[in-house]
Amino acid sequence: MRKPKLSDEDYPTTGHEWDGIREYDKPMPRWWLWTFYATILFALVYVVFYPAIPLVNGATPGVLGWSTRADLAAEVEAVSLRNADIDQRLLDTPIGDLGADPDLTRYATAGGAAVFRTYCSQCHGAGAQGAKGYPNLQDDDWLWGGDLEAIVLTLKHGIRDDGDDDTRFSQMPAFGDILETGEIDALTQYVLSLSGQDHDADLAAAGPVLFEENCASCHGETGLGEREQGAPNLTDAIWLFGGDAETIGHTITFSRYGMMPAWNTRISEAQIKQVAFYVHQLGGGE
Amino acid sequence: MSFLRHHKKIEVNATLLLVLSLVVVSIGGIVEIAPLFYLENTIEKVKGMRPYSPLELAGRNIYVREGCYVCHSQMIRPLRDEVERYGHYSLAVESIYDHPFQWGSKRTGPDLARVGGRYSDEWHVDHLRNPRDVVPESIMPKYGFMLNKTLDGAHIEAVLVANSRVGVPYTEEMIANAARDFAVQVDPDGDWEEMQARYPGAQVRNFDGQPELTEMDALVAYLQMLGTLVDFSTFTPEASR
Repeated sequence: MRKPKLSDEDYPTTGHEWDGIREYDKPMPRWWLWTFYATILFALVYVVFYPAIPLVNGATPGVLGWSTRADLAAEVEAVSLRNADIDQRLLDTPIGDLGADPDLTRYATAGGAAVFRTYCSQCHGAGAQGAKGYPNLQDDDWLWGGDLEAIVLTLKHGIRDDGDDDTRFSQMPAFGDILETGEIDALTQYVLSLSGQDHDADLAAAGPVLFEENCASCHGETGLGEREQGAPNLTDAIWLFGGDAETIGHTITFSRYGMMPAWNTRISEAQIKQVAFYVHQLGGGE
Repeated sequence: MSFLRHHKKIEVNATLLLVLSLVVVSIGGIVEIAPLFYLENTIEKVKGMRPYSPLELAGRNIYVREGCYVCHSQMIRPLRDEVERYGHYSLAVESIYDHPFQWGSKRTGPDLARVGGRYSDEWHVDHLRNPRDVVPESIMPKYGFMLNKTLDGAHIEAVLVANSRVGVPYTEEMIANAARDFAVQVDPDGDWEEMQARYPGAQVRNFDGQPELTEMDALVAYLQMLGTLVDFSTFTPEASR
């Protein structure tokens, strides 16, 4: 049988009265009261199990001994344990032999792609296509070498990174301080001719001698570049900063070169191996 | 429950209600906030932390002025996905000289707590000039105007004084040399050893590649030092904190 509903008249009032308006003294809804009691109970249980009450030197640790940092350490540990076998195999296998093992190939490519997206894509582009001033890693044109060992070395120690003693280093001088404007114009036209672009042959006539004196020591006598110095090949159609007359003139006058941070302090040996393998297999690896 | 009958006194006296409400609210505040000021494990002591150099501080002021914190946080939480992407989780001590701190509350862009050294100076300049040049999918506004706004360091001493008043331990020597230290940090040919002795680990470079000292220099100098002061190869935080 349902309880007969109480009418409003059956409830007592609080006794307050303002301008003829009185206030009923009704109980709280029961669902609300029980929820309220449950939250109190939850708080008591929580205080026992988790860090809660601040004391003199620290808070009560709770019987579970839980902390965010320990939680994180456990999670990281669990993941590295799950990958321990294959990580060890990755580290034990010389990088040149990774391609012979299908498991390691898959692991290095997938892991390398993740590392690349996290750390490298900001400069080299999400698809490793590069941008002005940031080399394309998909083609077979390499400034410092494109075999696996060379890529690992570049990754580990960076390029022109002041903070790393073993970094790759070279510095093109700003020829605006060394040569006359006319000489720079002649060199510009000569460099255009090296890559088979339209150029002013009269101006370029003075180029070979100037090139021999100023540029050949790094870029090579024929402009093919020199990887020991990170000096780009000037005879192809691939340009880091641009290959039109104005850009080349600017590069010769003011000089420009990029800088890449050393990564051995930020990512692990295994990750460097993975990302080197990933970059190498993009298409241009040697 | 006879004391409940006196509740009417509070209900009919607005001033008493206000005072007692404040008392109740401050109990919550005292229990939750006050312990952070005396608990020894709130802020761990770590070697390497130092006040910002004058140039970094100027860059930080630009960071605050432009509202970078609206889209970028500076707080790596102890979660695996964040640690994998951004580096070691942030420590309280790493914000100890921040007035105000730049933890932020929303990431439209990535966290910047450890952006220092992660990219080249050229990248930062290219990216601030037009973010789409290097990250095509970026929605960040352009800040190229900073390349044209030169700084003379005229007020930098006052900025250091203001920070020292709120507790940053700038020494008299640091304050007296503020303008000099400010200018010399972008001049690798200059006499920067003294500045670096005052601010260990301060990077000396022409950050924006231009002869003038601009806002771009200051901001990039600040970005390049973010999160670099604590050496995590020699320091392991206590896991139980």
